[in-house]
Amino acid sequence: MVKVVFVLAYLILAPLLGGLLDGIDRIISARMQRRKGPGILQPFYDLGKLFSKEMIAVNNVQLLLNLSYLVILMIAGAMLFAGADLLMVLFILSTADMFLIMAASSDSSPYANMGASREMLQMMAYEPLTLLIAVGFYLTTGSFQVSDIIREDVSAVLWMPGLLIGFMFTAAIKFRKSPFDLSTSHHAHQEMVKGLTTEMSGTTLAIMNIAEYYEMVLLLGIFCLFFVNSTWWSWIVAVVVCMVIFFAETLWDNVSARVKWKTLLYSCWIVTLVAGGVNILILMLDK
Amino acid sequence: MIPLLIGIPAVLAVLFQFVRNEKARGYIVYAGAGIIMLTTVIFIADWIMGGARTLMLYQSTELIDHLMTAGDIFLMCLIIYLSIKYGKVLPIILTILQTALVLYTEFTAEVIEGPHMMVDWLTILMCIIIAFIGGFICIYTVGYMKGYHSHHKEVKDRQPFFFSMLFLFLAAMFGLVLSQNLVWIYFFWEITSVISFLMIGYTRTDEAVNNSFCALWMNLLGGLGFAVAIALMAQMHGSLQLLQVVNTGALLPLMCLSLAGLTKSAQLPFSTWLLGAMVAPTPSSALLHSATMVKAGVYLLIRISPALEGNLVGIIVSSIGGLTFIMASMMAIAQNDAKKVLAFSTISNLGLIVGCTGIGVEETVWAAIFLMIFHAVSKSMLFQSVGATENTLGSRDIEDMHGLIITVPRLAYIMGIGIAGMYLAPFGMLISKWVALKAFVDSGNVILVLFIAYGSATTMFYWTKWLAKLLCFHIPRDTVNDVTRRDEYVSMFFHAATMLLLCLMLPLVAVWMVNPIVRELFGNSTDVLSMSVLTTMAIMLVSIFIVPAVMFFISRRSHREIVPIYMNGINEGDNRFFMNSYGKKEHLYLSNWYLRFEFGRRHLRIPSIIMAAAVLVIGFCLVIGGVSW
Repeated sequence: MVKVVFVLAYLILAPLLGGLLDGIDRIISARMQRRKGPGILQPFYDLGKLFSKEMIAVNNVQLLLNLSYLVILMIAGAMLFAGADLLMVLFILSTADMFLIMAASSDSSPYANMGASREMLQMMAYEPLTLLIAVGFYLTTGSFQVSDIIREDVSAVLWMPGLLIGFMFTAAIKFRKSPFDLSTSHHAHQEMVKGLTTEMSGTTLAIMNIAEYYEMVLLLGIFCLFFVNSTWWSWIVAVVVCMVIFFAETLWDNVSARVKWKTLLYSCWIVTLVAGGVNILILMLDK
Repeated sequence: MIPLLIGIPAVLAVLFQFVRNEKARGYIVYAGAGIIMLTTVIFIADWIMGGARTLMLYQSTELIDHLMTAGDIFLMCLIIYLSIKYGKVLPIILTILQTALVLYTEFTAEVIEGPHMMVDWLTILMCIIIAFIGGFICIYTVGYMKGYHSHHKEVKDRQPFFFSMLFLFLAAMFGLVLSQNLVWIYFFWEITSVISFLMIGYTRTDEAVNNSFCALWMNLLGGLGFAVAIALMAQMHGSLQLLQVVNTGALLPLMCLSLAGLTKSAQLPFSTWLLGAMVAPTPSSALLHSATMVKAGVYLLIRISPALEGNLVGIIVSSIGGLTFIMASMMAIAQNDAKKVLAFSTISNLGLIVGCTGIGVEETVWAAIFLMIFHAVSKSMLFQSVGATENTLGSRDIEDMHGLIITVPRLAYIMGIGIAGMYLAPFGMLISKWVALKAFVDSGNVILVLFIAYGSATTMFYWTKWLAKLLCFHIPRDTVNDVTRRDEYVSMFFHAATMLLLCLMLPLVAVWMVNPIVRELFGNSTDVLSMSVLTTMAIMLVSIFIVPAVMFFISRRSHREIVPIYMNGINEGDNRFFMNSYGKKEHLYLSNWYLRFEFGRRHLRIPSIIMAAAVLVIGFCLVIGGVSW
């Protein structure tokens, strides 16, 4: 019963929460740049406008692939909040991303194709760490099941601080934050126009945005997993820490410039190896 | 039944030497493949009716033993003749050494007579793979070779020889998996080595000849390892049974057999031969290098894997497997030749399987068998579709497959299913990767966990960029005429259907096929993945298919206006040309990333070979020096 509530809450509230977070992010960014910034509800107005636009497309499959991206992301998130297997959730998450890449490269457009290539590279950069996180939870709690992980007596973060730091580092890729927003960014000023989303417009783009909101909440859910344990107040701690992490990502977005792909790949892999690998090694020796 | 299984393909192989008519030969291949499949089905049904018990057969086989001895000598003479003809020395030394060793052992050592053949679930699984995948590859070959020779006029048409070799190969594979006596396995092992050598050299170009000799000496080195293992077992334990090797658990024979397995399954440092083997016509690549021959190495390792748990040999085998998995997948990124990508991915996946067998516990062997099944089907399908695409487009460069979904949609779908089967959640390969990851964690091997984490990321990269290339929608430069013949499609559709069915039937495959094998090898079986997890996987799979299908209908309802793409310059009419800064028409050309300077073979090949060779040499030194673990 609780599971059903969680899943429904995720499916209904995640886009709202994601939109709100996006709004907050814009305000904070604006204040950091000494601007006033838009209202907190601006992302929702944007979505409304996108949906009201005339349907223009470069081919017939992009909308279908974007919709698949959205639905499969929803499935992945629903599985996480239903307490299913964490490894499975991560695998399905990358399958969802695959649909986004297909959508971008289906149009034979130079900028979208470059964005898609960079997105693949980003996947290659963050994938090792996500797998190691699942392994870390398994070593700490003895199970890949999210429902078991949150029932532990102590928070998992005590055993896996290195993995948390690694995840905070690589999550910038998934949040599409600078310095790792190679494939596309929230700001339309890059060397390759809008990258991945160059050829998406109207409804198609709106769907992509909603999917990103779902993904954002899913990732914050994984961050929560590090802190949640059997006590009730750990949930509050988790939410507060998530907010801090989100703020940190926004700060990082504003103070850093976009890096080259090599820097992205090597830095993510090295952080994974040092923070994640060493953490896993210690867990293996100790547990 | 067993003599029939080996005999029918062998007889057919002889028959092809006398049939010169192309049409008649085609019909004989169809009929022959059909008969082989039928025989296998009857054989399996018969065995299951008999209670599906492990059978030990053929206690005393004086005559056949002598025939095999003659066969060994014949193979040696053949290798010597061909080596002298092409001026190679190494194969001669290797073949004389090993044949002499085996003959000496056979005539001098006192061994206890035992069964020579064995039928159990693992054998049955291998028979199914050989009969069905091998059989359909033969059917595919009929159409493919016609296209191949109309394409490559410069290559002498030696089709009778090629078909003989294909069927002889199937016969040898049946013999290999059914045998239990080491000398018998060795005999069939050598036949497969020699046939692959002959098939790689089919075109008789300099490159083909060189590559075929490379394959020959590497496989002969493995054969030498096998021969040493035979001699050791005979001298030390007075037995020539494969089961006895596992039961005694003596490290040195295990190490020698592992060497044989590693060379056959093209692990580092021996992976060069499989890459070189890509010069051969595609069916032989599909047959030798995806479905059957490399599986022989893996099969041997699975057989001995219960004895590898936690000892030095196991550690060496699993480290080499893990290293191969990640290195080959990184090198695959830098390739744009489709067959090279397939070759690297074969090596890489086999690395994962070998890594699993090296750990040698129920879970990893369970994963290894699953990987083997899925890899056989989907790799064979990929090889065939690449072959057909090559005949159609006149190129097997992945860059030329841009928008294959528009030009040759049927081939693109088949290739797409094959690629999805290799890495996407929740297809089959992935579940095995999952189990392997869990088992590696349980075995406490942190290096292997890191290898698998990084290796799956690189694997994802090279498959995704290929898949994305296939699905590009564009206006084709020129119309392409699909020259793929019907028999080729029959084979590819069979593979595609099998692939999808295997994914859907995953829980049943686990219960009916894989669990019994694990039970036989280890004496007991734990449920590696619970039924509910497997069922979830099947449901997930359905959703991965249903979601895009439903979305297709939803998105079709919406009306939309199709507009040209953005090119940061003026579009010249359609999406193919744009105006450049000189005001001229410029053709748009899109290319994938290959990261040649980071992941190229030039940078990674030598270091990885040195590393793997070092592990192997140190391993041998430690084992010979008697260091126990």
